[in-house]
Amino acid sequence: MKRFIGFVTKEFYHIFRDKRTMFILFGMPMVQIMLFGFAITNEVNNVNIAIFDQSKDSETQQIINKISASKYFKIESQITHEAQIESIFRTGKVKAVLVFEKDFIQNLQNKKTAKVQVITDATDPNMANTITNYINAILQNYSQEINTNSKPLYQIQTQTQLYYNPELKSVFTFVPGVMTIILMLVSAMMTSISITREKEMGTMEVLLVSPIKPFQVVIGKVFPYIFLSIINATIILLLGIFVFKMPIEGSLFLLALESILFIITALSLGILISTIAQSQQTAMMFSLAGLMLPVIILSGFIFPISSMPVPLQIISNIIPAKWFIIIIKAIMLKGATIHTIWKETLILIGMTLFFIAVSIKKYKIRLE
Amino acid sequence: MNQEKIITVNNLTKEFGSFTAVDGISFDVYKGEIFGFLGANGAGKTTAIKMLIGISKPTSGEALVAGFDVKTHAEMVKKSIGYMSQKFSMYDDLTIKENITFFGGIYGLSRAKIKEKTTQLIQDLNLQDVADKLVKALPLGWKQKLSFSVALLHEPKIVFLDEPTGGVDPITRRQFWEMIYAEAHKGTTLFVTTHYMDEAEYCDRVSIMVEGKIEALDSPKNLKQKYNVDSMNDVFLKLARNVE
Repeated sequence: MKRFIGFVTKEFYHIFRDKRTMFILFGMPMVQIMLFGFAITNEVNNVNIAIFDQSKDSETQQIINKISASKYFKIESQITHEAQIESIFRTGKVKAVLVFEKDFIQNLQNKKTAKVQVITDATDPNMANTITNYINAILQNYSQEINTNSKPLYQIQTQTQLYYNPELKSVFTFVPGVMTIILMLVSAMMTSISITREKEMGTMEVLLVSPIKPFQVVIGKVFPYIFLSIINATIILLLGIFVFKMPIEGSLFLLALESILFIITALSLGILISTIAQSQQTAMMFSLAGLMLPVIILSGFIFPISSMPVPLQIISNIIPAKWFIIIIKAIMLKGATIHTIWKETLILIGMTLFFIAVSIKKYKIRLE
Repeated sequence: MNQEKIITVNNLTKEFGSFTAVDGISFDVYKGEIFGFLGANGAGKTTAIKMLIGISKPTSGEALVAGFDVKTHAEMVKKSIGYMSQKFSMYDDLTIKENITFFGGIYGLSRAKIKEKTTQLIQDLNLQDVADKLVKALPLGWKQKLSFSVALLHEPKIVFLDEPTGGVDPITRRQFWEMIYAEAHKGTTLFVTTHYMDEAEYCDRVSIMVEGKIEALDSPKNLKQKYNVDSMNDVFLKLARNVE
């Protein structure tokens, strides 16, 4: 035990004295969560639009008022000719143009139908889609309002309810995603680098010759990172809860347990990498190219797995991060208990055991 | 000289697949002896040492180090030996004191003992002014002397020095050998590998490994007589040339 404390103390000296390590450990999570939380967003907020009103009657004015009153849109300009539509899109000032047909109010009153055209700038397809949906919703709403006086005979009403994330906040998927990336990075990359560093420096040889056992070396090296990863996870969660108003529906205790499990999975992966890589640089390349990209792309963090081609869907199953994202999303947003996520939990445990077993085997071969 | 055997090697062999790195070597090392272990690169020196310090398992044969079988009691062997490699093997980003505390700790020394040893070591090496500085800042010669002292921290019976003076200036090498002599005088056995043939002359006995086998083992004086040359360098060349 005394040896262990000495070892861990030494490890903390390494970590606290290396500015780069400190930045990766504590700067990066903050930066990432802020970036993903604020900068990268699918939400529509204060989008500039232009109006091409060819009718200019009381009805169109009311609709325009309704749109500009919503916090989603800002009316940037009014245009008067069709040709202006192209040019205003080119300037990039507006993302959408709303066109009212001629004689809007007459058509509405006489033919019971009038047309509005929504033209969007689809260079950003997601944005264009969302804008169309939002404007549609506002128009639907309005037509229901004017219908209340003269009720049509038959009508099917769709009632849409968005469970778990009613405002479709992208932060709700980013917080679990960033937490997964950071834990993976800190745990797997940092441990593999710190173990290969000992090999590179020649100190690993000295440790192996000393009476301290190899598994004690590994645990001693890994332990500080468990501790730091837990702090990291806590910081991310606190930021999520207090800055981005992320809900935690499920048990905090379960969330903590699952996070620790994932940290251990990532650490064992880091250990495995360090048994293969001989230098810090190789370890870093392994972790960045081999772990980060798959985690970001195949974990379902940014791109939904269900819409990937089948081979990629199959590959995504071997990414530990995928299972962890499912788990924490379920706990945070749906309030899931262990009864609903035991399968994912078992998969993570299985992966961890596998990584550890392979590391031990690799290590033994080297010793022989 | 003391005739008490501290290392006994009998037919020690290590094979990697079809390649035999160490081919049935046998020798004894006596207590308090400075034993030179020479050989060209690739002669099997490093592999042999690795087996003696318990980090590589012999394919066949046996070796007793400090009375313990390296095959079955590697842990006991590790407790009884000190080791210093050619690569500087302390932590650059730790201070001298922190390094001593750490290595004392992994050899299981008590806190009081570590404190006592630290004071003594810093005094012996005249490091008072830099004791709280990072090791990174020290010149290589000092680092090597420090490494040697740290390898002796737990008062091992045998110290293995794997090319301890590589890249060090002649004056420091001289001082280093003085430290080695002083330690041998206290009864510690020193097992040294080196590339410098003048250093081989300082050893009590020298073994020369060629292609996995020990070709010669005697005192430098006897070896020079036997091969009828003036220096260890010529002994070495003669043996190595015979092979080609």
